[in-house]
Amino acid sequence: MSKEKDDFIARSKQFWNPGKTSDWQRMGVDLVIDRREAYYLWDVDGRRLIDVHLNGGTYSLGHRNPEVVEAVREGMAYFDIGNHHFPSIMRTHVAEMLERLTPPGLKRTIFASGGAEAIDIALKSARNATKRRKIICIERCYHGHTGLAVQVGDDRFSKLFLSEASNENVVKVPFNDLERMLEAIAVGDAACVIMETIPATYGFPMPKPGYLKAIKAACEKVGTLYIADEVQTGLMRTGEMWGIETYGVNPDILVTGKGLSGGIYPIAAVVVSEKAGQWLSEDGFGHMSSFGGAELGCLAAAKVLEICSRPETRSQVHYISAYLANGLRQVQANYPDFFTGIRQRGVVMGLEFNHDQGAVYVMKHLYQNGVWAIFSTLDKRVLQFKPGLLIDREMCDEILTRLDTSVALAQAELFGGRARSYMTSSKPSYSRQSAA
Amino acid sequence: MAIHPLLEDRGFTSFHAKQMVEKARWAAEAFSGLDRTEVLRIAKAVAEAGYAQAQRYAQWAVEETGFGVVEHKLIKNQACSRGLYELYKDQDFTGIKLDGERKILEIPRPAGVVFALTPSTNPVATVFYKIMLCLLTRNAIIISPHPMAKACCADAAKLLAKAAEDAGAPDGVIQVIEEPSLPIVETVMKSDRIDVILATGGSPVVRAAYSSGNPAIGVGPGNVPSYVDETADVPAAAKAIADSKSFDNGILCTNESAIIAHGAIIDTLAQELKRNGCHICSEEERDRLEQTLFPNGKFDISLIGKAAELIAQKAGFRVPPRTKVLVAPLARIGDDYPLSREKLCPVIGLYVAATRDAAMIACRAMTRRSGGGHSASIHARDPQIILRYGEVMNVLRISVNVGNSLGASGFETHLAPTMTIGTGYFGRSSVGENVEPRHLVQWVKMAWNKDDRIQMPSFSTADRVEKPKIGAPPRGEIDYDFGNHPDGTVSAPAPAGQTTTQDADIRAEIRRIILEELKELTAR
Repeated sequence: MSKEKDDFIARSKQFWNPGKTSDWQRMGVDLVIDRREAYYLWDVDGRRLIDVHLNGGTYSLGHRNPEVVEAVREGMAYFDIGNHHFPSIMRTHVAEMLERLTPPGLKRTIFASGGAEAIDIALKSARNATKRRKIICIERCYHGHTGLAVQVGDDRFSKLFLSEASNENVVKVPFNDLERMLEAIAVGDAACVIMETIPATYGFPMPKPGYLKAIKAACEKVGTLYIADEVQTGLMRTGEMWGIETYGVNPDILVTGKGLSGGIYPIAAVVVSEKAGQWLSEDGFGHMSSFGGAELGCLAAAKVLEICSRPETRSQVHYISAYLANGLRQVQANYPDFFTGIRQRGVVMGLEFNHDQGAVYVMKHLYQNGVWAIFSTLDKRVLQFKPGLLIDREMCDEILTRLDTSVALAQAELFGGRARSYMTSSKPSYSRQSAA
Repeated sequence: MAIHPLLEDRGFTSFHAKQMVEKARWAAEAFSGLDRTEVLRIAKAVAEAGYAQAQRYAQWAVEETGFGVVEHKLIKNQACSRGLYELYKDQDFTGIKLDGERKILEIPRPAGVVFALTPSTNPVATVFYKIMLCLLTRNAIIISPHPMAKACCADAAKLLAKAAEDAGAPDGVIQVIEEPSLPIVETVMKSDRIDVILATGGSPVVRAAYSSGNPAIGVGPGNVPSYVDETADVPAAAKAIADSKSFDNGILCTNESAIIAHGAIIDTLAQELKRNGCHICSEEERDRLEQTLFPNGKFDISLIGKAAELIAQKAGFRVPPRTKVLVAPLARIGDDYPLSREKLCPVIGLYVAATRDAAMIACRAMTRRSGGGHSASIHARDPQIILRYGEVMNVLRISVNVGNSLGASGFETHLAPTMTIGTGYFGRSSVGENVEPRHLVQWVKMAWNKDDRIQMPSFSTADRVEKPKIGAPPRGEIDYDFGNHPDGTVSAPAPAGQTTTQDADIRAEIRRIILEELKELTAR
């Protein structure tokens, strides 16, 4: 690490976030991101990384996507954040696009400045529409950190702030346990079930066939609304515009964020059915957000929706998914005892390793070999592996080659032995040069 | 009218065009993994789809552009669909080639993404032709039609794309820019994400392709002299020339521009031309014709492919009914004399040379400033003069005793049938032949030591390494898990591809060495 970077890390600890900064250093990831372009990041030391974290899809279309940048830049000649009270050209435009691009039944859009705020809006809307308080969610799930969102997630983030939900307001059931879920719904007192279509922070365990559909059907019987948290799985990452579509479910409320911003200007949105959004007619001033649906964000969102809905994008995602699926299975075949599972829905992927910290090690070696992918906070056996929607074959090959090397190194570090005897000399070398 | 300028419809943008190229790259990758049977199935399905609609597109092209003759366009459309398939189906562009004697093994490498510019003159035929060439060689193609013919071309390309995908072609192997514009064409042409440009069109388009920084195969303009020697079968020559010049109203770049007639046969030739529907203009008519075809010295493109009668009418003189061709006696030949330049309409010059020497000079003069590397024709029985003609002309194809329109373009000769005439170094192109499938595929050459003691292993031309299938168009029941299924049933790791026996042996050997090394290590 350069002296300048060392000093900078120290300042980060001093003024920003000592815990987080130190944790990364401990995990062997001394990243300070400088330049970024398309699917590449450059560390301040000049080292290049391929980004397969993409902040949960925030950069699905690449960092500083030129098309999004141009749209926002062009719009800045006319607009700023805007006044959230009044009808707005860009907000209504994006709302119209979302009505067209979301599953049938979803009609209006409520804007937020981030995913968690959007989740809060979704939960509040469900409560208003059903006049019920109870929310059913999944154990170990994640929906963000604001007031209500943090309560419907894993205790990991609420306990710290003494903000856990009360048992009468929130019921948590295990993921993929349909029986428990149906029992909870059958009580008939829940405003909504909130589900990440594929739980990201939990390492993308895939919903069992028919699971989500059965939940929705049960909800309909008792007047409970279904909220699809599509913050990570939306915007074409699963091979369709929304992950939930690939499971044949039409939700009552759909939440989108992250990628909607194009990685350029924060924005999130809640798309609601007539019923779920009834408060909008009843009391349109019921929820307000100065930055929610900022017009600059809408400029980015409109362009993102346009790009994601192009047939070329869908086709590219299917190509990338199929190509990486094959490539990953080949890498897996090289380490059958360590690299034990591939979870995949389009380009949303989780790579499973048979060590309780396996993904942390693979992450570290990937980092040293020029790829940035992050472990799953709530299941450290699983590496979140989320390539962009628009990567080309050469980049797929780059990623696969580096993954193969890194898995070998992680396996060697965890279980001893040398990774590839013919690749290294006397000692495995984790030096930076190996990534150059 | 949108409420705000930002919401105006921008149409098809350069960004979108770039994405089209990226899709084509993936399609090319997927396509390159298909074997010969699959490729032929796709090519055949596409050829038949085009053939079945040949009449409709012939009509549509004439209606949309106002150029040419429906029945002739029908012939070209048929020749460029089923015709090309039948011609090339027995040539292998997908399997390996073996030369045991010289110990060389060759593996085909498709170009990848072909960017095809198609003209207004032969619109759909060229679309068919370029698509067939790409399919036979496992290339992805993006077509940018001439704006005057964009509707018929886009429709034809989409029809063939669907036929290809229905027959198992990867998604996006055939794409078309429905709203071509200069910025879009330039963006794609200059993109380093395409592999080769196949340019057919006017000189500016072709020049732009050559200077794009990408490999480009283009056509230069023609200006075809047709020499009728004293030894020619004059009636046959006259018929061939009249038919050729009137084919599709003289729209092919291979159509004759002027007859250079030997003085000894001029009278018979003139008679025979008249018998074949040609009207020989008077000097006054000729001058009017010049005014009409070349106002201000530049060819009036609105007269491209128009009927002879109509052109005469425009020039202000009458011709007998059923006149197919207007023959304009030329005062001289030279680029400052417009009538001796290329004329993509049924007007042909006629120049009389007293001797063979004079004829050779006149013929050479035709292609001195424009039309170099293109084509010429000769009608003669004497082999000496035929050979001499070949020696003196600065063109790369000469049709002998056959009309040049369909002769040089390979439909009535054994040259490769083509809509793209390589004009070679004369025409500033690296390709000097009629463009055919083989120009879109290159070969990896694997060569063994010459030393006789070293043997090349025995391969079979059927040997190939399977690539995983990645390219079905997403429709119907889609597996969004791409083989990695949930519910604990993670698919078994895929074998690392089918390999030939030799490959498998080598892999087994490597595995054995590594295992031994590992054993050694753990024993320590």
